[in-house]
Amino acid sequence: MVSKAVRFSLVFLVLCGLFYPLATAGLARLIFPRQAEGSLVRAGDGTVIGSDLIGQSFTSPEYFHGRISAVNYNASASGASNLAPSDPALLDRVKADVARWRADNPGQPVPADLLTTSGSGLDPHISPEAADAQIPRVAQATGIDAARLRALVASHTEGRTFGVFGEPRVNVLELNLALRQLLGR
Amino acid sequence: MVLQVTLTLLIALALVVPTGRYLYRVFAGDPALGDRVFLPVERLVYRLIGLKDPGESMGWKDYAAALVLSNAAMALLVYLIFRLQGLFPWNPQRVGGMEPILALNTTVSFLTNTNLQHYGGETTLSYFSQMAGITFLMFTSAASGFAAAIAFLRGITGRPLGNFWADMTRFILRVMLPTSLVMALLLIWQGSPQTLSPFVQATTLEGARQSIAVGPVASLESIKHIGTNGGGFFAANAAHPYENPTPLTNLILILAMLWLPTSLVYTFGLFARNARQGWTFFAAASLLFLVLLGNTLVAESRGNPALHQQGLAGASMEGKEVRFGPAQSALFATVTTAATTGSVNAAHDSLTPMGGFTAMVLMMLNSVFGGKGVGLMNLVTMAMIAVFLVGLMVGRTPEFLRKKLETQEIVLLAIVILLHPLIILAPSAVALVTAAGKASISHAGFHGLSQVIYEYTSAGANNGSEFGGLAGNTPFWNITTGMVMFFGRYFSIIALLAVAGFLAAKKPVPEGPGTLRTDTSLFAGVLVGVIILVGALTFFPVLALGPIAEHLTLVGR
Repeated sequence: MVSKAVRFSLVFLVLCGLFYPLATAGLARLIFPRQAEGSLVRAGDGTVIGSDLIGQSFTSPEYFHGRISAVNYNASASGASNLAPSDPALLDRVKADVARWRADNPGQPVPADLLTTSGSGLDPHISPEAADAQIPRVAQATGIDAARLRALVASHTEGRTFGVFGEPRVNVLELNLALRQLLGR
Repeated sequence: MVLQVTLTLLIALALVVPTGRYLYRVFAGDPALGDRVFLPVERLVYRLIGLKDPGESMGWKDYAAALVLSNAAMALLVYLIFRLQGLFPWNPQRVGGMEPILALNTTVSFLTNTNLQHYGGETTLSYFSQMAGITFLMFTSAASGFAAAIAFLRGITGRPLGNFWADMTRFILRVMLPTSLVMALLLIWQGSPQTLSPFVQATTLEGARQSIAVGPVASLESIKHIGTNGGGFFAANAAHPYENPTPLTNLILILAMLWLPTSLVYTFGLFARNARQGWTFFAAASLLFLVLLGNTLVAESRGNPALHQQGLAGASMEGKEVRFGPAQSALFATVTTAATTGSVNAAHDSLTPMGGFTAMVLMMLNSVFGGKGVGLMNLVTMAMIAVFLVGLMVGRTPEFLRKKLETQEIVLLAIVILLHPLIILAPSAVALVTAAGKASISHAGFHGLSQVIYEYTSAGANNGSEFGGLAGNTPFWNITTGMVMFFGRYFSIIALLAVAGFLAAKKPVPEGPGTLRTDTSLFAGVLVGVIILVGALTFFPVLALGPIAEHLTLVGR
């Protein structure tokens, strides 16, 4: 029985642990080459700007900002704040961030998703409300008309899947790339 | 919100009967779809492992011994892979060998279908370890639990227990590999990477450098859910956009988790030659599931009063992804703890106290569908206890599926149901009175107790999700959770195989007017009551001091 146990383990290590993932990688390369490598976004000269699926940090006032991140958008790590709803550290952080938000975006509603950390620390999306609330600031910093920015946000808003599953959202990197085009950069 | 949850559950329900039938055909030895393709491959595997007669049934001791020995061989192989990963290929980030105690904890964790993770995948494991270590064990640990459950079903319905090697081979080849491949391709289509290339170096729009971890993600992600394993390729698990990029992948992951544990309950009815029997148990588990799901949905969409006071209205988005929002996060958290997968698409430590309560209770019950195979074994255990308790009330020898339950069975069943709270509460008590245990707790209040209880409950139920604020990667936590996972897994499997062996050898008793029927709505009600009384009451004191107390302090602000 010991010999069967060892032979069984080796056979299935090769089959499930090597053949299956490598065959999947081979198929992925043939059928979905872009996704297989991580849905990368490249500049005109071919350098990688980032990934469609991975959030990145935006701090300049002329860009739309993503959510705050527990790993500071370090995409070779990932993770959440893991702060409990009753944790005083969560409350302190939110108080400071709300104050900063109000200073940078006077008169705008406080978007709940923007001032909380995501589960991954790499959330590429914000809610359409969080994008709208940033329009006055972006308009002032870039000189682009607020109405054009509203249209830009609307055209980058993705609805629920099949109209049912998940939540409406805006991909921050894609939105900012479109914004750069408007600015002629 | 209600619509997306309802639709998901209806799709899951639609898969139960066809899958349950197919599983029955394959494991009762009836001709089944795909025989022409799979039989030759199976024969090849039998030749490679030296199995002469796959039709030769084993006694319960041999079946259990084969399970333990094969698992021991796998553990040794994978431990060596983790320790020596620096010497193997496919290590573009040049990760060194895992340190010994963490490697031991990780090996036990994946061997026992728990997938508790005290490491971050992208920083600690090479691609080779993710494939030949993690992905490999995801197949075999799920298959081990499933094989045990099939042998158990055969035994309690009066059949010979079957052949462990053949059951493992057939389950992996016919069910797990093909579905994992198809599902992996769906995930890749939606954006999960599947590559052996090194991490991507990007220069962001603002000119910062961003190193993006990639790897053979999709092939791990699919079996992780089909096998109710739960260990993430990345530290953030299924919240990571590469593991779970869209609401569509979230739907697929949820369906994959529910798929086999729910279908197996129907298969049980077919083994008992009474489909109503399967549906009765299905109804009891569903009732508990729906009540607890409702609790989480309400709690998560109401949000956190402490944040409301700061102007952050609505659901608490701390630890949640925008694409999933409160509904898909609450549904995922409930499914992953019901099916004891342990994969997470939101940080469980940041769930509302009542959301965390549901997650803990489902792992404490460990039988509301439950993990691959073992969930059904636990559910049937509860049913046998229910029959025994009713038998005591009316003064009759308890019978289950026309077999008398006598002293030796009841003693084993009683140990199985007592062991679960013991391996959770005893180490929790130790952790709370030792400096080494307390040092890892990140919250000073009621929630700190929840972190400890959650960790051992997850280890004991072989779930693997965590309240991530607890710093698990210390010798104390690696060793104690390693032991809890080990006992939580093997003791009940061996004891229940013994029960199945004893029952298989007994002569069936004819049903009479005094027989307690176990396929009625009355019995479903008794079963729910017993699950709550036996399964949850032991834990009520710690639940009151943990999530319930935290809830009351929050809403009382």
